[in-house]
Amino acid sequence: MITLEHIYWLMGLLMGGVSLVNFRDRTNPRWLNNTAFWGIYAVTFLIGSYLPDIVNGFLVIGMVGVASVRGLGQSKTESADRGEREASASRWGNKLFIPALAIPLLTVLGTFAFKKVTLNGAQLVDVKQVTVISLAIATLIALAIGMAMLRPPPLTPIREARRLLDAVGWAAVLPQMLAALGALFAIAGVGAVVSGLARRWIPLDSPVVVVVTYAVGMAVFTMIMGNAFAAFPVMTAGIGLPLIVQRFGGDPTIMAAIGMLSGFCGTLMTPMAANFNIVPTALLELPDENAVIKVQIPTAVLLLAVNILLMNFLVYRH
Amino acid sequence: MLTLVGVVIVVIGFVLRINPLLVVTVAGLATGIASGLGPLAVIAAFGKAFITSRYVAIVWLVLPVIGMLEHAGLRERARSLVAGLRGATTARILLAYFAIRQITAALGLTSLGGHAQMVRPLIAPMAEGAAENRYGDLPVKTRYRIRAHSAAVDNIALFFGEDIFIAIGSILLTKGFLDQNGIHVEPTQLAVWAIPTAVCALVIHCTRLVLLDRSLRAELNRKNESA
Repeated sequence: MITLEHIYWLMGLLMGGVSLVNFRDRTNPRWLNNTAFWGIYAVTFLIGSYLPDIVNGFLVIGMVGVASVRGLGQSKTESADRGEREASASRWGNKLFIPALAIPLLTVLGTFAFKKVTLNGAQLVDVKQVTVISLAIATLIALAIGMAMLRPPPLTPIREARRLLDAVGWAAVLPQMLAALGALFAIAGVGAVVSGLARRWIPLDSPVVVVVTYAVGMAVFTMIMGNAFAAFPVMTAGIGLPLIVQRFGGDPTIMAAIGMLSGFCGTLMTPMAANFNIVPTALLELPDENAVIKVQIPTAVLLLAVNILLMNFLVYRH
Repeated sequence: MLTLVGVVIVVIGFVLRINPLLVVTVAGLATGIASGLGPLAVIAAFGKAFITSRYVAIVWLVLPVIGMLEHAGLRERARSLVAGLRGATTARILLAYFAIRQITAALGLTSLGGHAQMVRPLIAPMAEGAAENRYGDLPVKTRYRIRAHSAAVDNIALFFGEDIFIAIGSILLTKGFLDQNGIHVEPTQLAVWAIPTAVCALVIHCTRLVLLDRSLRAELNRKNESA
């Protein structure tokens, strides 16, 4: 059976390759930092599951040290200039889209197909992780199609992956780091403290105030945690269920559905949701790392207001 | 109250623009120590949490393919494809992507998109290309603005589309949580109540995109006249 562990081996090979390309390219003044950063990251993928927690902890601290002391750099060698790319683009035409679009299409196909496929009665892939495994397999197939079509030098994919990954830099690891922070927040009971504060300082004695507090609380706590999934159980157990549902007789289904969406408004406004808000600024080479958040704030604030109005009208309807 | 020390560190760190990896690590270690763990136990807990969160990074597996295709001119091709479409504007490209992304997400097809797979190689170049066709070379600030809008469309359409699909993580989490509290709801009901917000998201953000086109036209016409 194909499990997440196999996909992590692939990730380890990718990060190891990126580290090696950096090691051999001295045009980057920080080549040693980049080599170490992606090299340690490769180790966490290849053997992280088998190492003691404390060793993994020190590996992470090592990565953070390498990334923050003098920082990471970028190679000065250009992969292909604009003229070369234009020429290649007009040569290949729309065929270039085939491998690119194959990734999402095959991922979707895989998520459906792998649930059905069995080999001697056993599942072919771990169904619980079917989306990420499908994504990984889809990228391998797309890579094969692209290599067969374009016939570049064999090291081109890893060199190009290195160019992109160094452009993203440490931000590539930030979402995973924030997920780890969320786990530590949960262990420490941050959520209970926050909802306790809200209940102590806000006069929650009218149905409207309770709805506003719950929806805004979902958004704000999501901004702190970077993830509406972490905020939902805390706010719903602390404010939603005892006050909206039990005290004022609101409908739990409507409350929960719109409450989660209020959290998503928070996700649009926080650097803590790094994979949605910070990573794209790195991928799109924007100098302001809050550029995407700034564009999203007006829509997020308006939608939060809409959610509050909707919940007020709908939750106490009967 | 000491439990919140991590939250405080994160806020201060982001405001002072200290390297976020460092900020998050310090916040994690401080939170662990504040909750009574020893220093080594905190480092171990952080290591364990980091390792169990590795699935978050799997999206980077697309980089070798995307990089190779970019090397072969994928982004240039995406731009010139738009050049052939008369009537294409930045907002119309982004509106079309918003609608497709939201509808497919509502059908559970959340992986038909993403910043590394779609926005950087295809959507952002197309949105920039549409503006270039109309107004010639773009000031770099305008380019950045269009790119940021491209990323925002992907996020907003995804967030307010996926919750209409009954088997998505957030719906299952909601149902599981309510079950634990003795309230039994159908996933379809949760999904139905996500529809009003989804429609409002479409209306609000698409209005903003239409306004973006207007502001681009005003800004770039002025630039071209003064040049």
